[in-house]
Amino acid sequence: MALDLDKLLTDAQSLIAQADSLDEIEAARVELLGKKGRLTSALKAVGQLPKEEKPAAGQAVNHVKQTVQGLLDARHAVLDNAALAEKLSQDAIDISLPGRASAAGGLHPITLTIERISALFAQLGFDVALGPEIEDDYHNFEALNFPAHHPARAMHDTFYFDANRLLRTHTSSVQVRYMNSNEPPMRIVVPGRVYRCDSDQTHSPMFHQVEGLLVDRDVGLTDLMGHLEGFLKLFFDQDDCEIRFRPSYFPFTEPSTEVDIRIGGGSWMEVLGAGMVHPEVFKAVGIDTEAFTGYAFGMGVERLAMLRYGVEDLRQFFENDMRFLQQFHQAG
Amino acid sequence: MKFSEKWLREWVNPPVDVEQLADQLTYLGLEVDGIESSKPVMSDVVVARVVDVMPHPDADRLRVCEVDNGTSDLLQIVCGAPNVRRGMVTALANVGCPMPDGKKLRKSKLRGVESNGMLCSGSEIGLSDENDGILDLDENAPVGESLIHYLELDDNIIDIDLTPDRGDCLSIRGIARDVCARNDLPLQLHEITPIAQQNEDTHPVRLSSSSACARYVGRVIKDVDMHTDSPIWMSERLRRSGVRSINPAVDVTNYVMLELGQPMHAFDLDKIQGEIQVRLAASGEKLTLLDNREVTLTGDTTVIADDSGAIGIAGIMGGASTAVDLDTKNIFLEAALFLPEHIIGKPRQYASPSESSHRFERGVDPALQADAMEYATGILMNLAGGKPGPVRDWQDAPRLPLGKPVQVRRSRLSRLIGIDISDEIVERVFTRLGIKFQKNDDGWRATPPSFRYDLRIEEDFLEEVARVHGFDQLPRTSPEHRPTFRPVAETSVPVIDIKKLLAHRGYQEVVTYSFVEPNQLEKLRPDLPALPLPNPISVDLSVMRTTLISGLLDTMRRNQSRQLASMRLFETGLRFLPGNEEGGATSDDHIQSNHGDDIQIDDVLQQQSMLAGLLVGEHQPEGWNSDGRETDFFDAKADIEALFARANGVSLSFESSDLAMLHPGQRASIVCDGVKVGVLGQLNPEVQKTLNLSQTPIVFELSLAALSKAKVTQAVRLSRQPSVRRDIALLVDEAVSHESILACVSKNGPDWLTSIKTFDVYQGEKVEKGKKSIALGLIMQDFSRTLEESEVEQAVAGIMEAATSELGAVLRV
Repeated sequence: MALDLDKLLTDAQSLIAQADSLDEIEAARVELLGKKGRLTSALKAVGQLPKEEKPAAGQAVNHVKQTVQGLLDARHAVLDNAALAEKLSQDAIDISLPGRASAAGGLHPITLTIERISALFAQLGFDVALGPEIEDDYHNFEALNFPAHHPARAMHDTFYFDANRLLRTHTSSVQVRYMNSNEPPMRIVVPGRVYRCDSDQTHSPMFHQVEGLLVDRDVGLTDLMGHLEGFLKLFFDQDDCEIRFRPSYFPFTEPSTEVDIRIGGGSWMEVLGAGMVHPEVFKAVGIDTEAFTGYAFGMGVERLAMLRYGVEDLRQFFENDMRFLQQFHQAG
Repeated sequence: MKFSEKWLREWVNPPVDVEQLADQLTYLGLEVDGIESSKPVMSDVVVARVVDVMPHPDADRLRVCEVDNGTSDLLQIVCGAPNVRRGMVTALANVGCPMPDGKKLRKSKLRGVESNGMLCSGSEIGLSDENDGILDLDENAPVGESLIHYLELDDNIIDIDLTPDRGDCLSIRGIARDVCARNDLPLQLHEITPIAQQNEDTHPVRLSSSSACARYVGRVIKDVDMHTDSPIWMSERLRRSGVRSINPAVDVTNYVMLELGQPMHAFDLDKIQGEIQVRLAASGEKLTLLDNREVTLTGDTTVIADDSGAIGIAGIMGGASTAVDLDTKNIFLEAALFLPEHIIGKPRQYASPSESSHRFERGVDPALQADAMEYATGILMNLAGGKPGPVRDWQDAPRLPLGKPVQVRRSRLSRLIGIDISDEIVERVFTRLGIKFQKNDDGWRATPPSFRYDLRIEEDFLEEVARVHGFDQLPRTSPEHRPTFRPVAETSVPVIDIKKLLAHRGYQEVVTYSFVEPNQLEKLRPDLPALPLPNPISVDLSVMRTTLISGLLDTMRRNQSRQLASMRLFETGLRFLPGNEEGGATSDDHIQSNHGDDIQIDDVLQQQSMLAGLLVGEHQPEGWNSDGRETDFFDAKADIEALFARANGVSLSFESSDLAMLHPGQRASIVCDGVKVGVLGQLNPEVQKTLNLSQTPIVFELSLAALSKAKVTQAVRLSRQPSVRRDIALLVDEAVSHESILACVSKNGPDWLTSIKTFDVYQGEKVEKGKKSIALGLIMQDFSRTLEESEVEQAVAGIMEAATSELGAVLRV
C-alpha cells in the first residue's frame, strides 16, 4: 500500500510537471482527483482495508491528495499566468497609429472675434442687440443726423434698393432702434454685417462691425477713452500695444474721435471710430439731453481679427478656403 | 489737401520739425496721410547765366553756349533747347552732378563740340511736366547758388485727409489757424491791401435770389498780358498742392484759393455777352465746360450766364466760351459765395468735381470774398500787369450763413468731456480759433467765426476745447455703474451654442456674401422672388439671397477645386424675401417665412435668420481605420435632431417634401410644433448637373428661431420597477414609413410601453421583393408594479394585430 502511494505521488508529480496548458492541467486533475481518478480510487481502496489499518492508510492517502492538490494549484497558477501573458502579448497594439479620424469643425474667425469683443464688453454690463441688414434711410442716416445730400453720406458708398431702402452701411442703425424701444441707462454692443459699395484689396462690399452704445446720467469723453483703451489693451493682450485717440468727425457724435493702434512700434492703424452721442440723435429718439449723455463707437471686426491673428488679406475671410479656416480651430 | 510745409510756415512757424508738425495736425483732427519731400529728382543743380550763344558748326538745332556757373571760368556747353538765349538765367547740372538714373553727368562731345555740363528743363529736374525748353529763371537769380536753395525746393509736401465738416481747413490760412491754436501762437497775418482802382470799368451783375449765390464780388481788370508764365515760386507752390500751372489768371485764382480758401474764377471779359446773371438753369439748358464736355443742366443748378446762355456752373466749373486764353486782354474776376446746400451733389451729377466745388460743398467763409479779390488783383498785376476797376460787391445779406451766439456752459463742458478744464484754457482756445465770447455766470456766450460752418451748438464748442487742448492730454476714466441683475433665459438657446454644437459635430462655419449670383439662386429656389441690387459690385453679387445654400455650394465648389473632397459646412445669417407682386409678404411653402422674431423694417420685406448646412464626401476623414462610407441623409438628420435636442421638448418630425432643388426620394420637411421650419435632403442631381457641381451634397436649411426656443425641464419621478423588453420584426411593404409603424405601435400599445428602439431595417434576399423588415425592441415598464408575463404577451399580440390590420404587417420569424 505504501509503495502504491509513493508511485502515485511520483506519477502525479510527473504528470503535473508535464502539463503544458490549462487543458492538460485540467486533464491531469481529472485523472488524479476526478470521480474515477487515481487518488479517488485510492481513497475508495482505503475503505476496503481492515478497520485497524484504515486511519493510517486514510491519513496517508489524504496527505498525498493534499500534496497533489497543492501541486495542481501551483501548476495551474503558473499556466494561468502564462496564458494571460500570452493573451496580453497578442493583444498589443501600435500605439503610435493615429486616433480614429473624425471630421473637425470650427467657428469662423469673424465669429470668434465677435464673441471675444462681446465677452469683454459683457463684463461691463453690455448686452448684445441685433437689427435688420436691409434698413431704411431714416435709421441708417437721417436719425443719425446725416441730412440728405450731406457730404458725410459720400463717406459711405451705399447700396440703395430704392429711395428709402438700403443695405445698412453701419450697425449704428441699431442704436436708433434700440433707443426707440428701451429706456436709459443702456449698454449694448451690436455685432453684424454691414455693406459698402466698394471692393478692392483692402475693401470688401460686405464686412462686419460691432457698434457700442452707453447711455447714462454722467458719461464723458474721458469715460469713452477709458473704456475703449481698456478694451483694446485686453483684446490684443500685448505689452507693446499703443493706442491713440485723435479728433474726427461723424454726424452722429460730438465730439468724435478715431482710435488708432500701433503694435510693436509699427505704423498706426485705425481700428475704430467713436464719440459722444450727438444731441440731434438723442432728440430723434426722445432722450432728454440734459438728463443723459452717452457714447457710441463702431469697430471693424475684420480689422481687429487681421491684427490679432496676423491675417494679411481681408478677402480671405470671405473666400472660405478650408485651409485658412481650419487654422482657427484652436482659437475656439 | 496737399500743401507745402514752407508755405504753411509763412503763416505760423512753431518750433517743431515736420514729423512733430504732422503729429500736431493729426491730433488736431487734420489727419496727416503722408509727408513727401518736394526735392526734385535732380537736386544738385545750380543757378547759371548764359553769357553767350553761338551756332553749332555741324548741327542746326544745337547751340554752343558760354555759361557762367559762379566760378571763375566760363563753361562751354552744347544745348538743344529752342529757348536758350544770351543773358538767360537758367539751371545747370555741372559735370559730376548725379543724374536721375544714378550715374554722374560726364563731359561729352556733341557732334564734335565739347560740352561741360547740361542746361536743364523743368521736367529734367523733376519740377514740372513741361518740356518746352530749359528753365527760365528770374534775371536777378544769384548765379552759382544751389537751385534747391534758391527755389526753396527743400520743402515737404504734407497731405492731410480732412473730414467733411472742416471746409475751413481747405486753405493754408485755415490750417495755420488750427496750428496756431495748438501752439498758442498768433497767426502771421498777411496784410491784404486794397488795390486802388485805375479806371471806372465795371460789368453789370444780377443775382437771382433763388440761386445758390449769397454774395458776388466782381472786378474788371483791363490790359493784362497772358503771354507770360507764372513765376516759379508760384507754380512750385501750386505743384506742391497738386495744381498745374496754366496761365497767370488761372494760376492766381488757384493760388488765392489754396492760400485763403476762396475759389475764384476769371472770365475773358470780351467774350461775355451782356449782363452777367447768376440764376437757376433752365431745365435742359446746355453748356460746354472748360474741359470741352457738353452737359445738360437740371433746373436746380445755379449757373453764371450772359445773354448767350449759361457760361459756367456756379462754384463747380467754368464754361469754354468765356475761358481766358493767351490772347485775353481784359478779364472779369469773380469771387462769390455759393451756399453748400445748393452745391452738394452737383459735382457728382455733372461728373465735374473740382477744387472749387469741393470747397463750396463744405462751406466757404462768407466774409472772405472782398479780401480775396484784393489779394488776387495785387498778385495778378505783378504777374500780368493790367488796370483794375472798382470792386463791386453784391450781397443777399439775409442768406449769408453766419453762426449765431451759443451759450457754452462750464458745467456741460466738464460733464461731456469728463474733466474740469480751466477757464483760462477755454478762453485761450476760443481766442486762437477766432471764436468771439463774452464770459457770464455759467460759462461763455460764444459766437463762431464766419469761416466755421461746423460750430452751431454747444457741443461743437466743447469739442473745440477738447480738440485743441488735446485728446492726448485727457485722462482715461470709467463712468459710475450700478449694475442690476439681468435675466439669464433658459427658454432660449443662444445662437453661439448652436454654432458650437455644429462645430463639435464636425462642421466648419463659413461666412459668405449676402448677395449672390442670380442664376444659381434661380436654380435653387425658383419659387421665391429675389431682391436685386440696383448698383451691384458685379453680376455675381447682384441679388439678395433667398437661401443660404447658394453660398454653401459656392464654398464647396471652390474648395473642391482645391482637391478637398469631403467637408461639412454651415452658415447662419439672414435671407431676404422681398414680397410678392401684389405687395404682400412672400410666403415660402417650404420654410415658414414669418417664423421668429427678427426685426423687420416693414410688413412686406422679410429678413429671416437662417441656419444652413452642407455635407459632402466621406463621413469620416481618410484614416487607417476609417470605413470610407459616404455621408448621407441620416448623418445630417442626426445633426438636426441633436440641434433640436438642445431646444428640449419641442415636437420635431420629418415629413415628405416636394422642394424641387432636393432629390425626390431623399428630401424632407423639418416640422416643429406643426410648423414647417426647414428642409433637408440630398441636392437634386438635376440641379447638381445644371450648377456644374462634381458631387451631390446633402443640404439643410432651417429657420434659426425654431432652434432657439427651449422649454424648461420639469423632472419626472423614476420608476423602481424592472423593465421588460420584447423584440419583434415586422415585414411590411417598402412604402410603409418607419414613422407610421412607430405611430401604429405606440397608439396600440399599453400605457406602460415606454419606448421603442428600431434596431434593424432589412431589405434584400431574405425578404420578398417590395417588402422590408423592420425590427423593433419594445421596452415596457410600469411605474408601480412588476409586469406579468401574460400581460406582456397580450400587449405584444395586440400590437401585432393592429400592425397587421392597419399596415398589412406580417410578423417575421
